[in-house]
Amino acid sequence: MSSRDSILAAVRANKPATSPVPAVPLFERASRPLLDQFQEALVSMGGKLAPHSVGDVDTLLRSLFPDACVICSATSELRGTLPLDGATEPAALADVDVGVVRAAFGVAETGSVWLSEEELKVNALAYLTQHLLVLLDPTQIVGNLHEAYRDERFRSARYAVLVTGPSATADIEGVLVHGAQGVRSLTVAMVPRPAASRAT
Amino acid sequence: MRVGLFVPCYIDAFFPEVGIATLQLLERLGIDVIYPLDQTCCGQPMANSGCQKDAAGAEALFVRNFQDFESIVTPSGSCAHHVREHLDAIPQTPEVERVRRGTCELVEFLHDVVKADAFPWAEFPHKVGLHNTCTTLRKLRTAKSSEIDEPEFSKPLDLLRKVRGIEFVTPSRPDECCGFGGTFSVFEEPVSAKMGYDKVEDHHRAGAEYIVSADMSCLMHQKGCAARLGLDLRFIHIAQILNGSRA
Amino acid sequence: MRPIDHAEASSHFIEAKAHLEFHDRRLWDLRMKRDRQAHGIPEWEELRNLASAIKEHTLSHLDEYLEQFEAQARKNGAHVHWARDAGEHNQVVYDILSAHGAKTLVKSKSMLTEECDMRPYLEKRDIEVIETDLGERIQQLDDEPPSHIVVPAVHKLRGDVSQVFARTIGSEPGNNDVHYLAEAMRRNTRPYFLKAEAGMTGANFAVAENGSFVVCTNEGNADLSANVPKLHIACIGIEKIIPKLEHLAVFIRMLSRSALGSPITQYTSHFHAPRPGTELHIVLVDNGRSQRLGMKDFWYSLKCIRCGACMNTCPVYRRSGGLSYGATYSGPIGIIIDPAFDLRKYSTLPYASTLNGSCTNVCPVKINIHEQIYKWRQVMAERNQLPLVKKEAIRVIGKVMSEPRLYRAAISAAGLAFEHLPRFAIYNWLNPWGRQREVPEPPKQSFRSWYIENRRPR
Repeated sequence: MSSRDSILAAVRANKPATSPVPAVPLFERASRPLLDQFQEALVSMGGKLAPHSVGDVDTLLRSLFPDACVICSATSELRGTLPLDGATEPAALADVDVGVVRAAFGVAETGSVWLSEEELKVNALAYLTQHLLVLLDPTQIVGNLHEAYRDERFRSARYAVLVTGPSATADIEGVLVHGAQGVRSLTVAMVPRPAASRAT
Repeated sequence: MRVGLFVPCYIDAFFPEVGIATLQLLERLGIDVIYPLDQTCCGQPMANSGCQKDAAGAEALFVRNFQDFESIVTPSGSCAHHVREHLDAIPQTPEVERVRRGTCELVEFLHDVVKADAFPWAEFPHKVGLHNTCTTLRKLRTAKSSEIDEPEFSKPLDLLRKVRGIEFVTPSRPDECCGFGGTFSVFEEPVSAKMGYDKVEDHHRAGAEYIVSADMSCLMHQKGCAARLGLDLRFIHIAQILNGSRA
Repeated sequence: MRPIDHAEASSHFIEAKAHLEFHDRRLWDLRMKRDRQAHGIPEWEELRNLASAIKEHTLSHLDEYLEQFEAQARKNGAHVHWARDAGEHNQVVYDILSAHGAKTLVKSKSMLTEECDMRPYLEKRDIEVIETDLGERIQQLDDEPPSHIVVPAVHKLRGDVSQVFARTIGSEPGNNDVHYLAEAMRRNTRPYFLKAEAGMTGANFAVAENGSFVVCTNEGNADLSANVPKLHIACIGIEKIIPKLEHLAVFIRMLSRSALGSPITQYTSHFHAPRPGTELHIVLVDNGRSQRLGMKDFWYSLKCIRCGACMNTCPVYRRSGGLSYGATYSGPIGIIIDPAFDLRKYSTLPYASTLNGSCTNVCPVKINIHEQIYKWRQVMAERNQLPLVKKEAIRVIGKVMSEPRLYRAAISAAGLAFEHLPRFAIYNWLNPWGRQREVPEPPKQSFRSWYIENRRPR
């Protein structure tokens, strides 16, 4: 008997009496504006909010990261110094100072942004870069995780991540450190999605 | 109203004043209290060790002693809990089930059954730390426990607030276990003593002069710890305060 | 083979005062943070009920959901392997690695791989295994198992970590600055991510509906391990299955709130299909879970989502440390899982508890932990696993308590003893109670004799 069959047989023989699956409500709450909740949650998780600016993304990046040398952008709204496409090897991104991506949406409850291989082009960009700049359309914020998990993009993406603030650890004596293995900082800039791509 | 009084072995042996206070208090409230003379133990020490066979004798004797009572009251949360939830080392006859159902811890009894709303004879002008034992708190649910998201409630506080002069102080960890745990206090002595030390020091730092509880077993352990630490803390059962002890 | 002596281990833990004080304070702080999160969500108790119901339903249909998960995962292009036990798991992993010529494996935290003792198995076969979770890496370098399932090195102080790093990764000896140490580890680990041929993760949840699985970390080390190398191996215990994506919301909302008191982990990563040009291998592992599923009193332990909240709240765990339990899983959840792995070795663990019930109250999936601890004690007694001294003491007490005359004789003897024996006779090595506590003073008369004098019915 294969391992698979013997495990399934054991499970069938031992499983407890059937119990029903509950219905999960959406727990929607129309309290404070989603943008306010999102921003508060993001900051409490160690993320930064870019100051509201009228300049273009390039100007924004220069003002936030004046010393950045290697800039890699996964969004057409900005051209970085290092080109990026789906065929780029992850390890080639090892020296990126600032990565720029546009999130598909945000979650107010937690301050998270949703990214997949669509938004990242190369998944490892969100982790190998020292700093990450995330563009988020302020109208694309859902209330809580129940709503987030109903998004169809979870089903089509090969890889999807809810990123909340920068990489962090408190494994040494409970002291909070940012930039444990992943990004040292994560900044979200509220920039409306450019008109051309809003059709999606 | 007529109740059977169950006085656990350690109260019988070491803290008879708690049993006396319980009896006197119930009588003051107009209750006819009978103490069956052949009682011993509810079986908890044996059962809590997993030794059902060794608990059976005590459990059967308990039922025999109390089978003629509608209501059985005991000044011990852990014993009341054991009888209601765990007295199953013996066959579950209708008699056994009736005795189990009718067993009540003192605070439960005063609050829910007697609905006592005044203790005019009582006065306790001292700073008091209330120790809600894990059994009364999390199993008998006589007060809100800090882990659970629910509205505040506390049966012991409701009763104690009716006592003149009493002032409550709260430790930093109000419902952390004190470390008695029955045979745990002997077989896991290092952790048990550390937990007891932490508990009494916490109450002491909060300014408590007395620690009051519905379980003398926890108090016995805390008292032993405080004495060894040389802390100026006194220990009293809730029955004694409600019965009018001044100190 | 002697059973684990938790009490002995705890006495050493307690002696190290600075370590004990930090350990207790840090984990209590996590418990307080958890409370703030829980009390901040009006539907918290409802979420617990939902999480518990989803898990119980899933376990009652586990075979169907496992088959659904496998079919979906295969459709997504993942390879699915099955391992009956730890040995098979290790063999499967090794076979995958050697088929790909992989000599270096970067991995994120997985209690399952600890359970299977995978690292030594692979290292003996010349595979270099790099733990990338900071706490796990500290423990790996110190050749010690993790002590807590979420914060593996919580029993260490910064000085300890500094010593380990100076000894193993060339950091400055005596430099105890936490940021310096974390940066030293970041720089040490990064090259491994870039050159490793294979990456391994565990999974917090596996979704049957679409064959995907979720990994929650704060460092992003799972994402680096999975998204840089061309080979991703995911080891998943069969109890991690949940039916649908929408159920994930319930668990993700509760996991980090329960574990660390933050609304979500910094990274919640959903792996659905391999990146083009790479391979994804999923290893579904039983290792005693299907057997536990059939245990009437103990199958609820399979609901566990590994949040560690029970450890944080447990007053015994905080004062004895995870290593004192001598098992991969420690604290309250360990007590109810470990005896199923080895009854004799872990026969003492159910007694490393005061049955206070705080663990049950914080468990996000409502495992009745303290009730299972009570039940395990009955199993131990029935299967003759109690130490002789204890067994005899209980037998004698049981006998005394079942006969009124014996009881009365014992009470008066105890009273006399405490009254007349000198201090040294009461407080000595035979009397554990008296090591750090005073014994109660004997009263003038027992309650019973007072009652007879003052109330006995005529």
